[in-house]
Amino acid sequence: MTVTIPAGFADVTASDDTLRRFLHGLPGVDQVGVEARAATLATRSIKTTAKAFALDLAIRMVDLTTLEGQDTPGKVRALCAKGRRPDATDPSCPSVAAICVYGDLVPAAVEALAGSNIHIAAVATAFPSGRAPLDVKLADTKAAVAAGADEIDMVIDRGAFLAGRYLDVYEEIVATKQATGDAHLKVILETGELATYDNVRRASWLAMLAGGDFIKTSTGKVSPAATLPVTLVMLEAARDFRSQMGRQVGVKAAGGIRVAKDAVRYLVVVNEVAGDDWLSPDWFRFGASSLLNDLLMQRRKLATGNYAGPDYFTLD
Amino acid sequence: MPTFDYAPAPESRSIVDIQPSYGLYVGGEMVDPIDGTRFKTVNPATEEVLSEVVAAGPQDVDRAIAAARAAYDRAWSRLSGRDRGKYLYRLARLVQERSRELAVLESIDNGKPIRESRDVDVPLVAAHFFYYAGWADKLDYAGFGPDPRPLGVAAQVIPWNFPLLMLAWKIAPALACGNTVVLKPAETTPLTALAFADICQQADLPPGVVNVITGAGVTGRTLVEHPGIDKVAFTGSTEVGRQIARSVAGTRKKVTLELGGKAANVVFDDAPLDQAVEGIVNGIFFNQGHVCCAGSRLLVQESVADELLAGLKRRLTTLRLGDPLDKNTDIGAINSAEQLDKIRMLSEVGETEGAERWSPPCELPERGFWFPPTVFTGVSQSHRIAREEIFGPVLSVLTFRTPGEAVDKANNTPYGLSAGVWTEKGSRILWMAQKLRAGVVWANTFNRFDPTSPFGGYKESGYGREGGRHGLGAYLDV
Repeated sequence: MTVTIPAGFADVTASDDTLRRFLHGLPGVDQVGVEARAATLATRSIKTTAKAFALDLAIRMVDLTTLEGQDTPGKVRALCAKGRRPDATDPSCPSVAAICVYGDLVPAAVEALAGSNIHIAAVATAFPSGRAPLDVKLADTKAAVAAGADEIDMVIDRGAFLAGRYLDVYEEIVATKQATGDAHLKVILETGELATYDNVRRASWLAMLAGGDFIKTSTGKVSPAATLPVTLVMLEAARDFRSQMGRQVGVKAAGGIRVAKDAVRYLVVVNEVAGDDWLSPDWFRFGASSLLNDLLMQRRKLATGNYAGPDYFTLD
Repeated sequence: MPTFDYAPAPESRSIVDIQPSYGLYVGGEMVDPIDGTRFKTVNPATEEVLSEVVAAGPQDVDRAIAAARAAYDRAWSRLSGRDRGKYLYRLARLVQERSRELAVLESIDNGKPIRESRDVDVPLVAAHFFYYAGWADKLDYAGFGPDPRPLGVAAQVIPWNFPLLMLAWKIAPALACGNTVVLKPAETTPLTALAFADICQQADLPPGVVNVITGAGVTGRTLVEHPGIDKVAFTGSTEVGRQIARSVAGTRKKVTLELGGKAANVVFDDAPLDQAVEGIVNGIFFNQGHVCCAGSRLLVQESVADELLAGLKRRLTTLRLGDPLDKNTDIGAINSAEQLDKIRMLSEVGETEGAERWSPPCELPERGFWFPPTVFTGVSQSHRIAREEIFGPVLSVLTFRTPGEAVDKANNTPYGLSAGVWTEKGSRILWMAQKLRAGVVWANTFNRFDPTSPFGGYKESGYGREGGRHGLGAYLDV
């Protein structure tokens, strides 16, 4: 699968030089301004029907994730069961968007999710550091897809990006996109290592130009992971990219989002920055694990008026 | 119907207790008027009558000034700076403790969104009292020589756009320097000043140090023309400011005036555009544009004008206009029918003069005073909407080609209160700040306030500074 770049942008990726000029020509991001905007949006008060809508939508957007050295097929099976029926006592509770695991555990997830609409996401390309030769990264990707993953979460080469070798980063994403075939490609920028909002905007454009279907904040292994202003900048980039290139790209906020209140704040930002079209699991995701139980707890609180204790929600 | 429809999230009114009628706060207690009459104050969002207040008459003014004089002579001017500071700290803490009540009351009486009264106005009020509380015992070190003396009794007349905040800007430095005050809030927004009177009682402030008399322009004129005062501090229209300047000419009264503005918000082609859009929104739609330093003239470099305006229009469609007490409201009500008429009139003039008018799709409530966020494009310097202060949510967009032209156009106004510069180039910010004839120049932000920063105007935007160390000079005999 090749990526078509619309006329006018074709020579952007012709050389390192043109790509650098393009990326550095994007409007800057004022740190104080973007953080103030995010903080203001975070004061939105989402109540009653709006809250019920937001909680259900957030559950449907969760990529339920386990990315540990100690992961086993058993752990993955448990997570898949949770993803299918997050709240065992309430059949009206939607299932999550995807289960996100390391590539070698994809078969376990495929088996456990048979017959459901839940996607299987695998992290690949020498996740989380991305420090491996390209052929190893591509082999990693192909293996995950062959095992049944229909979404690939790749990491960009932050070293190359920070050294200004933008074309290397670009070409690696293009190659990975080819290796994923029909599977969706999420490009992890690891914004905590890019450090500035200008870099986040540039990396977002780079990943979108290279054909990424999603841009994703973080691996979850670096602090800070997702933050509201970083996600806001990425949503602006996706919004601008669509209006200029005619292609919509999704955004995934991953890592550090643990409570329902934060998830609702992200949805407010999605709503007011990117707009209606991104308010769907096809276009916005949360990469999370412990977030799900808080969403369930708030959901039940909203329905019954009472908080149930944490032991009424399963730990998987 | 939007996908994500925010349900109403109204702040509860139950925290405020509005009495059916109020007297005047004179000599430490609420008193009935001697020769004042009564008028009604309404909620601009619903036109519901909130309460009856006094339009203080000449004898009421006399009595308030006498109380302030007595308090000055017998108590306040004899207190040490340290003791005055203690009272100011107490006022600041009480404002914080009662912040929710004050925010709700301000939104009900003024029409501004609760998000602004809660997150901007009231926290700044407390910050001003805290800041000047700190100065009270350090006046020797403020750069005015040893032991600078207070002036005496200050007459303070404040506007309706930031009722409680303007009260704080006036009262905090006056008290810190050892003056006593008679304050007149605006006709349409008296309630938070009366609530502040209650806070003064709660703080055990010596009687007469702060006096609040309500009323309209006539009361204000009686107050500032009274021979018994030593200082006039006024925030409001340039027209009234001129009258005050004339009336105090040749007297011993010291004056500070903070008047109108028609600020330029200058966006260069290398600006951080998304944040510039936010700054423009914050510059002109904050507080429904009822801001003397509002960025009501957008000067945008021609090479990015289309891109910026597209972004601005998209952003304006997300603004939420409606119930000021709803926590998600961005644009509240226009403060009065009179102000609404003025905004409508000038907007019609804008159309007649050939500028292109645009507003986002926006449903206005049936009752109350409302005006949609409005943008005029194709405006030129000669249009009235580019010259006159509209004091409403109306933005005039002009373009420029070079930095020199931007400066010329920005300065080409009788006003000079504030200006904004948007560029990623630091050297250009400094160059612009030197060239712009405005009291405040914001770089890559707009409408940011802080008690430590002096605020005031050039030219017809007034004289004197409020806030910061400079603000002390207005209340000291220096």
